[in-house]
Amino acid sequence: MIRVTLPYHLRTLARVNDEVVVTVDGQATLGSVLDALEARYPVLRGAIRDRVTLQRRPFVRFFACREDLSLEPADTVLPDEVADGQEPLLIVGAMAGG
Amino acid sequence: MSRVRVLVGTRKGAFILTADGQRNQWEVSGPHFAGWEIYHVNGSAVSPNRLYASQNTGWFGQMLQRSDDGGRTWEAVGNDFKYEGVPGTHMWYDGSQHPWEFKRIWHLEPSLDDPDTVYAGAEDAALFKTVDGGGTWQELPGLRGVKGDLWQPGAGGMCVHTIVLDPKNPDRMFVAISAAGVFRTDDCGQTWKPVNQGLKSNWELSDPQAEVGHCVHRIALHPSDPNTLFMQKHWDVMRSDNAGDSWSEISGDLPSDFGFPIQVHAHEPKTIYVVPIKSDSEHFPPDGKLRVYRSRSGGNDWEALTKGLPQKDCYVNVLRDAMAVDALDPCGVYFGTTGGQVYMSAESGDSWSPIVRDLPAVLSVEVQTLQ
Repeated sequence: MIRVTLPYHLRTLARVNDEVVVTVDGQATLGSVLDALEARYPVLRGAIRDRVTLQRRPFVRFFACREDLSLEPADTVLPDEVADGQEPLLIVGAMAGG
Repeated sequence: MSRVRVLVGTRKGAFILTADGQRNQWEVSGPHFAGWEIYHVNGSAVSPNRLYASQNTGWFGQMLQRSDDGGRTWEAVGNDFKYEGVPGTHMWYDGSQHPWEFKRIWHLEPSLDDPDTVYAGAEDAALFKTVDGGGTWQELPGLRGVKGDLWQPGAGGMCVHTIVLDPKNPDRMFVAISAAGVFRTDDCGQTWKPVNQGLKSNWELSDPQAEVGHCVHRIALHPSDPNTLFMQKHWDVMRSDNAGDSWSEISGDLPSDFGFPIQVHAHEPKTIYVVPIKSDSEHFPPDGKLRVYRSRSGGNDWEALTKGLPQKDCYVNVLRDAMAVDALDPCGVYFGTTGGQVYMSAESGDSWSPIVRDLPAVLSVEVQTLQ
């Protein structure tokens, strides 16, 4: 069970009020968790990463256990605390604008 | 008893304004999709409770929403807009070639006879179509085949911002692109031709009468006379009486022929409306006076409509998709401003009053006349 925290606008889009929970087969990586998230909430496809290239959208960031994973590759293994549900994977809308 | 429903897209959400046929008392619903840019909300002519909304942010990209109950509830539908084949390149601001990149949907135009069929105008400029109520979208790539390498972005981006369906000829439609011009198809969107003869862009193009490259801001027609098209260009107000094959200027005595929207009266095919803006450098009304101009003769002779509109210290803009008419008698005319006002006239423009004054900047206004 992996906890994922979404930014406000994506919670609204997915019609969830709080953290969401997903499960992955095998090792929990950044990519496999995003795959599971999009499979459970298809409306999020394209909102976090490009549908085709799977590249992170520029103003979306990923954090876990106080580490910025935004620039890490999709096969990055998530920390044990995220894999076992103690800590969430945070998906954050970057601060941008004036 | 007739009713009207005004669909307003803004920088921070969608709003739905409703009234009975008297158009005096208004109910405001919204914001729907609060915090998102809503470039356009539009309804089906044959199934008016079927609405479509284009929802976008720079953070999370493009979403498409559909309602089957007149906007009370919404469902996200397909948002996979892929260019057909290798997207190729178009002209960039500096004259170099730049890859086509999808950014957003500017305009949604439901079919005149099928609520599940909708055309979507995209930035970077392309036309998409759904036949399953927005579930899936396919590009009509023939459009970009018409010298697409010579199209270039205007200040607002390179977008298909206007889609006009011919109510008398189901095979024919028109699109307008900034900055490429007007294009017409006579075979349901498979092939297209540029229809820009007579347009002159003296300061924007090295060849002022080029076949493509003109910054057309908006086109409109009256359903009873679809061969007559009206255009608000970057500069110049124009008319074509042969379905776009040639254009002539009808700016006449306007105080400025720069502007964005143009609309046609619901019952008078030669009565048209524009909102003059000072210039391409100063996007606000001349002299701080918000004036709609009406011509009852298809252009050239214009009258200022000022009653009820601010006549001093007004520096808002009216964007290209932000003017619409209802089908009641007298015809109602509506427009939204970047200052968040939505004005309406229940007297074909003779006098105006605000329905709302303090919305986010208005991007689009559509009106449905309901029975």
